[in-house]
Amino acid sequence: MSPMQIAIALWTLVVKEIKRFTRIWPQTLLPPSITMTMYFIIFGSLIGSRIGHMDGFSYMDFIVPGLIMMAVITNSYSNVASSFFSNKFQRSVEEMMVSPMPNWVILAGFVIGGMVRGLGVGLIVTLVSLLFTRLSVQHPLLTVGVVVLTAALFSIGGFINALLANKFDDISIVPTFVLTPLTYLGGVFYSISLLPGLWQGVSMLNPILYMVNVFRYGFLGVSDIPVGLAMAAIVAFIVVLFGVALWMLERGQGIRS
Amino acid sequence: MAEPALSIRGLTKIYGNGFHALKGIDLDVAQGDFFALLGPNGAGKSTTLGIVCSLVQKTAGKVSVFGVDIDKDFARAKYHLGVVPQEFNFNQFEKVEDIIHAQAGYYGMPMREAKPRAERLLKDLGLWDKRKGSARMLSGGMKRRLMIARALMHRPKLLILDEPTAGVDIELRRSMWDYMRRINREEGTTIILTTHYLEEAESLCRNIAIINHGEIVQNTSVRGLLAQLNTETFLLDLARPVDKPPVIEGFEVQQVESNQLAISVKRGQKLNDAFTQLTEQGLSVVSMRNRANRLEEMFVSMVEDANGGGARVPPVRQIDSGEVAAKVETSHTGTGGRR
Repeated sequence: MSPMQIAIALWTLVVKEIKRFTRIWPQTLLPPSITMTMYFIIFGSLIGSRIGHMDGFSYMDFIVPGLIMMAVITNSYSNVASSFFSNKFQRSVEEMMVSPMPNWVILAGFVIGGMVRGLGVGLIVTLVSLLFTRLSVQHPLLTVGVVVLTAALFSIGGFINALLANKFDDISIVPTFVLTPLTYLGGVFYSISLLPGLWQGVSMLNPILYMVNVFRYGFLGVSDIPVGLAMAAIVAFIVVLFGVALWMLERGQGIRS
Repeated sequence: MAEPALSIRGLTKIYGNGFHALKGIDLDVAQGDFFALLGPNGAGKSTTLGIVCSLVQKTAGKVSVFGVDIDKDFARAKYHLGVVPQEFNFNQFEKVEDIIHAQAGYYGMPMREAKPRAERLLKDLGLWDKRKGSARMLSGGMKRRLMIARALMHRPKLLILDEPTAGVDIELRRSMWDYMRRINREEGTTIILTTHYLEEAESLCRNIAIINHGEIVQNTSVRGLLAQLNTETFLLDLARPVDKPPVIEGFEVQQVESNQLAISVKRGQKLNDAFTQLTEQGLSVVSMRNRANRLEEMFVSMVEDANGGGARVPPVRQIDSGEVAAKVETSHTGTGGRR
């Protein structure tokens, strides 16, 4: 395909993905907004006022970046996982497979679609948070950079999950049993400096901790971990997972007999 | 000499469970041909076509589409291909026009070109009024036509139709045949068809291959194949019932019902001779028809031969539309977890 044809194919796929999740917005955009509003009311306003300060900031200010990141992670992941698996389930993935579109375009199309949903929900949560606190961003470029990269990383993860999944249950296992615990234990609601030494060490093995902390650093200017190292790790994960997903797609894993 | 539209050499497929679906088949389909690929269920038809359009990975062999080797430049080969699969394979929740436009986009066709093309195809196939509706609201026949329109969006030179009229009522089937004939004749599109309706293959196709147990057992013209037919069986409805089948010298006669006989007529025999003998015995025939269409009879005998004569052959029959609908429903029900 010529570069123009590839651009048209990629655009087609991205628009199709965006249309998909906006068409079913009560399932995709509304629930995270309501859930996060509950978090802000209960943890931020009601309980947070009794907790006092965390790392020198009000508890509400402390949890806002973590909650935004949590929304981005779960929505990027679940968008691609459910969309691609749905394509597999309905066999509409065959439309793409019989076309001359390169595999990397298929992968990129779904990943960008997942990123748009993740970042869209992140934006909604950010706007909701403005009802509860005043946000100030210390490092705007870093803040945007890390949230975009995180959305990309988890979109790719969702794609791999969908390739491996054989039934709808298989695409809810990772979000339920892996992503949610790692996010809750990734410093969304607390600073790891509150943990005993051993558990601080264990927490350092959690990749989501790095993303939440870099994002919080972008907003507040404080972080539990080295920001540069965290950014390099995220980029490395994206490169490796993109390669793995592409390799699986080339092999026809889960989509060709 | 022009490159064949499709050339297959030594194509082999062994599935992960060890099933040997294709055993090194060779096949050529000429440009502009209307070609039928027939065989009983599980013979290897869909596997063959699946490999050609990249839905199935081959184990060994070579496939070229208009001279383009799929191992060397599959993307270019795919440009020549339009595929209408056996089962519905579009997102049932999308609008009809979105499905069509997306397909054009996957082939790099800009929207200014895709829109008029989609309009023409949807109008030709009677779907224009349904373009704004969700695909799941279409009837079974409309869904099949949607897949044909989708496959033709990028103007393929080779159209693969895997049982395109399964579950479609007779009137609609005939109109789809007319449409396929038209694109084959007027646009020069090469068409490869698999079907369970052998009447369809006899009516539409010029050349035919029969595949059984992963091997091509016949590859010839429809006319040539029918010329090989040695025996035809006719059903005769009698004016009154008989207790036992009459003896008609030179013919094999079986009683099907009390007032119906099946009579086998070999090549060279005259049906008139049978009628004369029946009249002499005081039996009059009120109506007569072929027990199966000619191609079906030929097909069954070939597959029987390939199975070793007396071996049991999967029955070749027309699929009941209700059965197809049930099959499709089973395959596509449930959208749980769609978030």
